[in-house]
Amino acid sequence: MMHVAVFLCLLIFGSTGGEIAITRGMKATGEPERLRPRELLRFLGKALCNGWFWAGVPLMALSFYALLVLLSWEPISFVIPASALSYVVGTFGAKYILGEEVSAARWIGVVLVCAGVALVALG
Amino acid sequence: MATEGRLRVKTLVMVCAMVVCANAGDLMLKRAMLQIGAVELSAPGLWHAFRMTVTSGTLWIGIFFLCGFMLSYMTVLSWADYSYVMPAGAFGYALLTFFAVVFLHEAVSPRRWVGVVLICVGVLLVGQTKPRTTPVAREALA
Repeated sequence: MMHVAVFLCLLIFGSTGGEIAITRGMKATGEPERLRPRELLRFLGKALCNGWFWAGVPLMALSFYALLVLLSWEPISFVIPASALSYVVGTFGAKYILGEEVSAARWIGVVLVCAGVALVALG
Repeated sequence: MATEGRLRVKTLVMVCAMVVCANAGDLMLKRAMLQIGAVELSAPGLWHAFRMTVTSGTLWIGIFFLCGFMLSYMTVLSWADYSYVMPAGAFGYALLTFFAVVFLHEAVSPRRWVGVVLICVGVLLVGQTKPRTTPVAREALA
């Protein structure tokens, strides 16, 4: 049971850590001036030169492999609902690492989404 | 106020693009893997699966949609909060359930419907909040 908990932590913290690093990279890259193909390509090129983006990619890869390993050990009806905890962990990360303002309405929404994803995955 | 409304609309459009691309990509990958069949965990089996996957048109369509998802995800995160985009993207779970009922005529349990309702209410609540609470650089000036 201990190894399942370790891989679940790798899955949750890997995915949220990776997404937070990518968010930081995107914020540093800056908003594209217009949503046109040429400017989006220029924006993508600039984002790919950002270190935070490349810090996020291995973390997301780690979480993906943790997901595959967990799926080989446990039923999907356990893995996906348990991984929905990443919505709550991600919101804590957004507040304390990215400095976002998380209002009460946003917290309630996140908790509802987390519970909803768990119920949908349980089927 | 107009800027806030514009920000909300473009965030909504990009989140919709994210959800559509992610769902379409996943469906295409699933269809491709069904066409290829179960992968045998042996050297010849893995080599066969590799050859089948790189030559599968359906799989490449799936990868194309997943690239679209990644681009829209990265773009929306350049201006919107992570704590706004992440739960809003979960709307895809609800959308997939609707598609399963409408197009595939699948039976959906009451528990799953409760989950869909919770997701929709959660996304609506998050959608009422400000999409951006941190300063952001403009790319042209950065």
